[in-house]
Amino acid sequence: MSDYNFAYLDEQTKRMIRRAILKGLAVPGYQVPFASREMPMPYGWGTGGVQVSAATLTPEDTFKVIDQGADDTTNAVSIRKFFERTAGVATTEETEKASVIQTRHRIPEAELTEDQILVYQVPIPEPLRFLEPRETETRKMHALQEYGLMHVKLYEDISQHGAIATSYAYPVKVSDRYVMDPSPIPKFDNPKMEMAAIQLFGAGREQRIYAVPPYTSVVSLDFEDYPFEASKADHPCDLCAAEDSYLDEVILDDAGNRMFVCSDTDYCRSRREAGHVGRLGEEAAA
Amino acid sequence: MNQMTDNAVYAGGFSNPPVASAHAFRAAMNAMARPGMVQEITGATPPEGISLAAGSLLLTLCDPETGVFLAPDVDSDALRGWLTFHTGAPIVAAEEADFALGGWDALMPLDRFPIGTAEYPDRSTTLIVEVAGFDAPNATLSGPGIKDTAQIALPDPAACAGNAMLYPLGVDFFFTSGTQVAALPRSTQIRAEA
Repeated sequence: MSDYNFAYLDEQTKRMIRRAILKGLAVPGYQVPFASREMPMPYGWGTGGVQVSAATLTPEDTFKVIDQGADDTTNAVSIRKFFERTAGVATTEETEKASVIQTRHRIPEAELTEDQILVYQVPIPEPLRFLEPRETETRKMHALQEYGLMHVKLYEDISQHGAIATSYAYPVKVSDRYVMDPSPIPKFDNPKMEMAAIQLFGAGREQRIYAVPPYTSVVSLDFEDYPFEASKADHPCDLCAAEDSYLDEVILDDAGNRMFVCSDTDYCRSRREAGHVGRLGEEAAA
Repeated sequence: MNQMTDNAVYAGGFSNPPVASAHAFRAAMNAMARPGMVQEITGATPPEGISLAAGSLLLTLCDPETGVFLAPDVDSDALRGWLTFHTGAPIVAAEEADFALGGWDALMPLDRFPIGTAEYPDRSTTLIVEVAGFDAPNATLSGPGIKDTAQIALPDPAACAGNAMLYPLGVDFFFTSGTQVAALPRSTQIRAEA
């Protein structure tokens, strides 16, 4: 621990990131450019989220990291260890006990409180990027609130598939001004973004930070006749029988057997500990 | 400058910069994320004339990359020396300021500070306004970061409401008094109390 400055980054870098976070909070949904640093992990492994977490953590914080909802996957384990080692902070897998939660592509099922901070890892922060590759143009489109192209994309979904087929990284409008990429969370999570916690987004490779303050309106784009729908697999969890959680589908064998389990491992564990048992629950616990 | 003020320049920094600035930033971030809510912020002991809260904000956010404007009521050799020694931030004119520090009247007129551009609204000044306290709310706030409404004491609600009209452009405010800080980002809607 003493081999590193607190939370790895040097103070000047943290100040630069902190200034970007404050401007991000002042203009919700606007992507603030920042001078992203090289981190001791490859781009795509959460370098943006790690830098935002490093600038945000205090020694008293309890830190949780999830990757697609799971605390025990490679990405989550390595980032958690990184901050255990460089910041000496306590870590937890329990959502309720964490004060700072770094996430890749999920929002925890448990409702977050005013005392919590959610840090998202973002691969492509620009929601218009796949529609317009030029940064100069997308910047102008945000400045002019020219978001027609995004509605055309959703309309083309409907004309080709009969419904809006976009199922993750579903575009939202923040505080009735900026269209924002919520990072590749499933659209099931979109309604949760109007929450009590502070949400910070870090994109390391693309060098952008943005933020959503608590209780900010976050509206998923849709049409009157094709309203937004927060969809999930139409099953209960096979381990904990939860009907309200986002599910992963797991192939069990080559005979077509499969199971659905909560993607939020902490939520599933706490439900099983509380005695809820799903279709394959006991088998898995044994 | 005599020997005593010379020494004062070197004193009053964060005793443990990585930890003190992390704590101070948490307070500043909570303030900016929850407009009108007062937070405790400490760590720095700035020269006579500015609050601990303002000094702590300066040490947390300023460095050689940020121009700081000092309004006439707080500008002094002691403060310039202290700020330069601890942050390296250049002292600049209001029109080029990333941060501005002073009392409300001394900082005015508001329209001389950068408000960002349509494509880069983040390139605007953050004003650190020294106030007497937060005890007499005269404005009701609503908007991002506020559950229903919040109350705050503003030096000039009409001017702040005018700034909010510029959204997404505009300046952002920290109000400091003693060891307390509250913030008013440009995204907040302001209604003056009758």
